[in-house]
Amino acid sequence: MSDEIKKFGTLSRRGFLKASVAGAAVTAAPTILINKAHAYINEPKGGTVTLGFNVPQTGAYADEGADELRAYKLAVKHLNGEGDGGMLNTMTNKALTGNGVLGKKVAYVTGDTQTKSDAARASAKRMIEKDGAIMITGGSSSGVAVAVQSLCHEVGVIFMAGLTHSNDTTGKDKRKYGFRHFFNTEMSGAALAPVLEKEFGNDRVAYHLTADYTWGWSQEGSIKKYTEALGWKTKAAVRTPLGAGDFSQYITPVLNSGADVLVLNHYGKDMVNSLTQAVQFGLRDKMVNGKQFQIVVPLFSRLMAQGAGENIKGIYGSTNWNWSLTDEGSRAFVKSFGAEYGFPPSQAAHTCYVQTLLYANACQMAGTFNPCGVIEALEGFEFDGMGNGPTEYRADDHQCFKDVLVVRGNENPSSQFDLLKVVQVTPRAQVEYPASMLGGELGECRA
Amino acid sequence: MEALLLQVLNGLDKGGAYALIALGLTLVFGTLGVVNFAHGALFMLGAFVAVSVQNVLTISKKVKDESITFFDAYKETPYLEIWWGDFGSLIIDFSVPIAILVAIPVMLLIGLAMERGLVRHFYKREHADQILVTFGLAIVLQEIVKANFGANPIPISAPDAVAGSVDIGSMFGLTGVVYPWWRILYLCFSLAVIAGVFAFLHMTTFGMVVRAGMHDRETVGLLGIDIQRRFTIVFGLAAVVAGLAGVMYTPILPPDYHMGMDFLVLSFVVVVVGGMGSLPGAVAAGFLLGILQSFFSMNEVKQYLPGIDQIIIYLVAVIILLVRPRGLMGKD
Repeated sequence: MSDEIKKFGTLSRRGFLKASVAGAAVTAAPTILINKAHAYINEPKGGTVTLGFNVPQTGAYADEGADELRAYKLAVKHLNGEGDGGMLNTMTNKALTGNGVLGKKVAYVTGDTQTKSDAARASAKRMIEKDGAIMITGGSSSGVAVAVQSLCHEVGVIFMAGLTHSNDTTGKDKRKYGFRHFFNTEMSGAALAPVLEKEFGNDRVAYHLTADYTWGWSQEGSIKKYTEALGWKTKAAVRTPLGAGDFSQYITPVLNSGADVLVLNHYGKDMVNSLTQAVQFGLRDKMVNGKQFQIVVPLFSRLMAQGAGENIKGIYGSTNWNWSLTDEGSRAFVKSFGAEYGFPPSQAAHTCYVQTLLYANACQMAGTFNPCGVIEALEGFEFDGMGNGPTEYRADDHQCFKDVLVVRGNENPSSQFDLLKVVQVTPRAQVEYPASMLGGELGECRA
Repeated sequence: MEALLLQVLNGLDKGGAYALIALGLTLVFGTLGVVNFAHGALFMLGAFVAVSVQNVLTISKKVKDESITFFDAYKETPYLEIWWGDFGSLIIDFSVPIAILVAIPVMLLIGLAMERGLVRHFYKREHADQILVTFGLAIVLQEIVKANFGANPIPISAPDAVAGSVDIGSMFGLTGVVYPWWRILYLCFSLAVIAGVFAFLHMTTFGMVVRAGMHDRETVGLLGIDIQRRFTIVFGLAAVVAGLAGVMYTPILPPDYHMGMDFLVLSFVVVVVGGMGSLPGAVAAGFLLGILQSFFSMNEVKQYLPGIDQIIIYLVAVIILLVRPRGLMGKD
């Protein structure tokens, strides 16, 4: 009995150990394999890595979308070692070597956001689920950016925002997986206000026409905050639907409102239409309160200036970047883009091109496409040579901090593209604010 | 007072556009009994006639832009300016008025082709079938335009002479009532076209037969009159009216392929409010809704009823449908 017990006990102990090891191996092996296989969504297999370019190809911001897509295609070319390399030649703190990313050739798929949040989410979802996109980037609307950023955070895919200017993108709606290179309305207000004071004085009455969605509200709030601090009064702030087309019913009340400045918180096609119609109604020729009536467009782009034609001349605004900048990075990008397409890039194109390179560089630095590694590489990343001077991706809110340009519609253009004149480069210190000011929580990386 | 006058003017110019589109729509419904969802597309096609005329007039020679040194850029100089100098520039400046002349035969042909090629096969079908096929046609037309002209709005300028604004208030001893010339012209143009259509229907034998046919198609047919042929021409006429409305609207709103759909919904509301098939109803409702939309956009109204400017037209349509289902001037 005791022998049996001893034998049983010995065997049992040995068996238990063997079984434990075998069991652990059996249990662990698939886990390791599974983890290896599904460590993060759309881990690139084979020789290519696929990026998803989600841009407005129709709708109010279709002009910007078309230019964004051109920039993305150029960035892919440069990442794969084709063309003249563009900003890869001027970027500092660079890990990229110009032969793809982590040895893989960069491929891409595209989607149409239609400048609508639901359509943008659907196309991003399609690119992630069906096309295997490892990263989503693009867009020209903050409503779209916030919606797609949230989706990407939910599924665990990096989102490198395109043109989005609302504070919310890296404020109350910021996400761990989302990064914005473009500036925001807080920075526009801080940069623009001193110039407005210098040009128009501090005794002005403003009337806002505002695109009725997150970006419009954000810009209206920031411009009011900074202009009222100068001593300006706000007569009215009227919300207009996105893509309204005919703004005449909103412009006619401005004529006799007693306001002497019209602030157009519109962008893209809306801004072209509202500005053109405001000029048609004779606003720029009016004298109100003993002062010349003025129009301000806080967010400017060359594409909009092109659409608005003569009407843009002399009008002040801010911009993230302009092709006329003479730093090495801007020149390299303009040369490369111009040679490819025959005209210079817009600010939308610039931010999208830079975002693509920054993402690729972060992957290269991290040595992985795993979003958590990429996020870690991007957080606090400092770089230069990409058109905006020394820039930092602040870790606390994933917002890039850099100098901000104040521009004016060029009254004496030297070429068909010379539509905006840079009147001030506002230093980063003047537009910086604490991350806690705009609220929001980044959340955690889950991979 | 000045603010109110401005909003009334604004309402009249918006109403002019609504009335012109709705007039064609109700004309087709009143004669052929067809609910034409492609009518908005005809408005859009008219606008693109103006784009095409501008494109033809500005066919250009590419000249290297020497001011750009970073890359090879080219300036485009229209051949008309190269050949005829200032006179060439003047012709380009008048592209919209020229487009009006071009649009009349082009839109007539498009209207006739649409009616003969597709719509006539659906006369005896249910309204649901007519709506589906014409809506499908509208989508096809806008996709064709998108494929050829792109998705982006194309800016078109009014002639320089009428590009500015006029101080209307000074005529009435008021200050600050300034209104763009082109919008005033648009209002006058729409009133002239509406008057022309009514004169055509009431003062010509052709129009008299058409009106008789609208009342009693069978009896007119029994008199040996080919009423169908006349109705086909009326379809073409409706296409011309919608097209002209589109051409004239281009300096106000840069046309894109989707503009027809934006106006289609509005014009249906106008027709419903005015009374299906009633021509005076469509015109009256067009102007009424234009003025209401403009009036309810005033800050004094919006501060008590935020967002009312967005829904007022549809609110009126709901009330009319509830209280007077046949519309303002429709018949039982």
